[in-house]
Amino acid sequence: MPSNKSVSDAPITQFINCRILRDNELQREDLWVREGRILDPEKLFFDEQGYADKRVDCEGSIIAPGFIDVQINGGYGIDFSQASENVSDGVSFVAKKILEHGVTSFCPTLVTSPPEVYHKVLPQVKVHDGGPHGAGVLGFHLEGPFISAEKKGAHPEKYLRTFKSGGLEDLMEVYGSLDDVAIVTLAPELPGSQSVVRELSRRGITVSLGHSAADLSQAEEAVQHGATFITHLFNAMLPFHHRDPGIVGLLTSDRIPAGRTVYYGMIADGIHTNPAALRIAHRAHPSGLVLVTDAITAMGLPPGRHTLGQQVIEIQGLHAYVAGTKTLSGSIATMDMCVRHFKQASGCSVQEALEAASLHPAQLLGISHKKGKLDYGSDAGQSRLHLYFCIPAVRAAVVPPLCPQRFLGCKYGLFSWGGGCITVDQSLQFL
Amino acid sequence: MRLVILDDYDLASEWAAKYIRNRIVQFKPSADRFFTLGLPTGSTPYGCYQKLIEYYRHGDISFKYVKTFNMDEYVGLPRAHPESYHSYMWNNFFKHIDIDPANAHILDGNAQNLEEECQAYEQKIAEAGGIELFVGGIGPDGHIAFNEPGSSLVSRTRVKTLAKDTIVANARFFGNDLSKVPTMALTVGVGTVMDAKEVMILITGAHKAFALYKAIEEGVNHMWTVSAFQQHPRTIFVCDEDATLELRVKTVKYFKVMTINKTPKFVWWLK
Repeated sequence: MPSNKSVSDAPITQFINCRILRDNELQREDLWVREGRILDPEKLFFDEQGYADKRVDCEGSIIAPGFIDVQINGGYGIDFSQASENVSDGVSFVAKKILEHGVTSFCPTLVTSPPEVYHKVLPQVKVHDGGPHGAGVLGFHLEGPFISAEKKGAHPEKYLRTFKSGGLEDLMEVYGSLDDVAIVTLAPELPGSQSVVRELSRRGITVSLGHSAADLSQAEEAVQHGATFITHLFNAMLPFHHRDPGIVGLLTSDRIPAGRTVYYGMIADGIHTNPAALRIAHRAHPSGLVLVTDAITAMGLPPGRHTLGQQVIEIQGLHAYVAGTKTLSGSIATMDMCVRHFKQASGCSVQEALEAASLHPAQLLGISHKKGKLDYGSDAGQSRLHLYFCIPAVRAAVVPPLCPQRFLGCKYGLFSWGGGCITVDQSLQFL
Repeated sequence: MRLVILDDYDLASEWAAKYIRNRIVQFKPSADRFFTLGLPTGSTPYGCYQKLIEYYRHGDISFKYVKTFNMDEYVGLPRAHPESYHSYMWNNFFKHIDIDPANAHILDGNAQNLEEECQAYEQKIAEAGGIELFVGGIGPDGHIAFNEPGSSLVSRTRVKTLAKDTIVANARFFGNDLSKVPTMALTVGVGTVMDAKEVMILITGAHKAFALYKAIEEGVNHMWTVSAFQQHPRTIFVCDEDATLELRVKTVKYFKVMTINKTPKFVWWLK
């Protein structure tokens, strides 16, 4: 029967009739999974003389590695930066909900906060694997407080900090512990940042440049000390200038250490970044693009007014405004929306769009041997996606596309020739 | 012998696949009585495998009660290497059909003791009751499996050093780098294949024409080891027009008439 049990007793599932994202292309191959790991069927055949216990017909859908969101501040009314007694419940709730968007691993993000908040929140959530109960936590993303006052964006000014004592002591004083931290965003122009960048990199924590007024040479120096990420490119940094490109210039810098890649987060919701800017960044450095949602508490809530903490937010479509104004209060895009929009705006292939949300963040965090891929031995948190094609709109009359969602008029507004709509089928996510 | 000549590669592959299919179906294999099939690798049988997979998918044939024995495998090449014959058989055949992995036998070129591996293989064939139908190809130097020119015509499964011709012919699978091609292989012997109840040799392409001529129009000679099958009671050579380019017109005409009269039809009384 299925396996001669020489390696394992666990049941083997074979996904047939699907296309899988592997080796940078969509291949017509079956996917074999056992005990949460992707299996090599050839080894199974010859070594264990085994075959599948269970076959799942995917009806032609795509199986992609689960998406990894490295910047998400909360959602569904939960704010990760709020120091409550049961932070882990809030994180678990969001973790379960984002499975619907295809996200199987994420980094809960904390914005600039006073030390008390970090000391309370950080110890309550540990790095752990995902499952049908919810996406896995890869570690916190600490966005601030060591950022530039000039580029603070929506972060509260009174909690911003600089490096006083000499790096690591400042970090430990503010954060309390770095045990379950995956990413730290800081501004490299702050004096004393170099040793901090070095120390964090040495500990395996990803250092990201963001909320900064640094020029290109300051940014390059930080990269040489170990920084590998840029937090939401274009936002909260100096704009690109042809004589000093600033942090944006890292995309094409020639002073990046050999063998290293600088990755950059993009909020591809069509609102935070003009599609033309998205295309410029993508064309300049396609392999470094990492899709992030930077979603706020209001993500996932229905349209209308919501009171979140001290703020009243109004949700209209894909926009979240401070109530009564036209000021954007943050992103409420979901990861699948970002993948869709990115594909449509950049004109890239399906596999590139999927890799920007899975492979690239896995490479950024140094976990691509286990996640972000459907290679043999990888963790099997995967998403099954249906790829449908909308009928393009005719100029004069809007022809409702035939979308399986049965909406009259595509709800994502994708009226492009040969555009694709990606929806997530949760039934296969963790098997 | 029978010489079956089809117009092109695709038709030759289809004919061969249909023949194998019909033989298995008519044999009515079951749990007590397996059909043993000898199998080749390489570019020649590829089309035949594709057709067999098609027939399986269509429900015309099942490999549940079929035991297979491959002819050969490189020595020292990791099994997971894309050019190993294990990889070839998995990707081009086994993964698409319903054969029980325990019944798919291929020589292990990475065995600790190659001699023992060869003897064990002969033993497995004997235990399976011998081979019903051995399908094979032919090299440009007239070899069957890796029984290079000079191999004994009564040889058994053993380790062989590959001839220069064979290494050059295989270099295209190793990036045209001769140094990367394995130099030794485990192979069934000429005698091993001769023991099969029936032998079917697939030969397609003009580059095999001279070898076919030597194999069937000249004498039995250990320099062209396929010629040994002139002395087998049931041999079929399946080829395309190009492979007959070096044969005498008389030979081709004689066998062409026979082919038209005996194309295998589908065994309709099934299902």
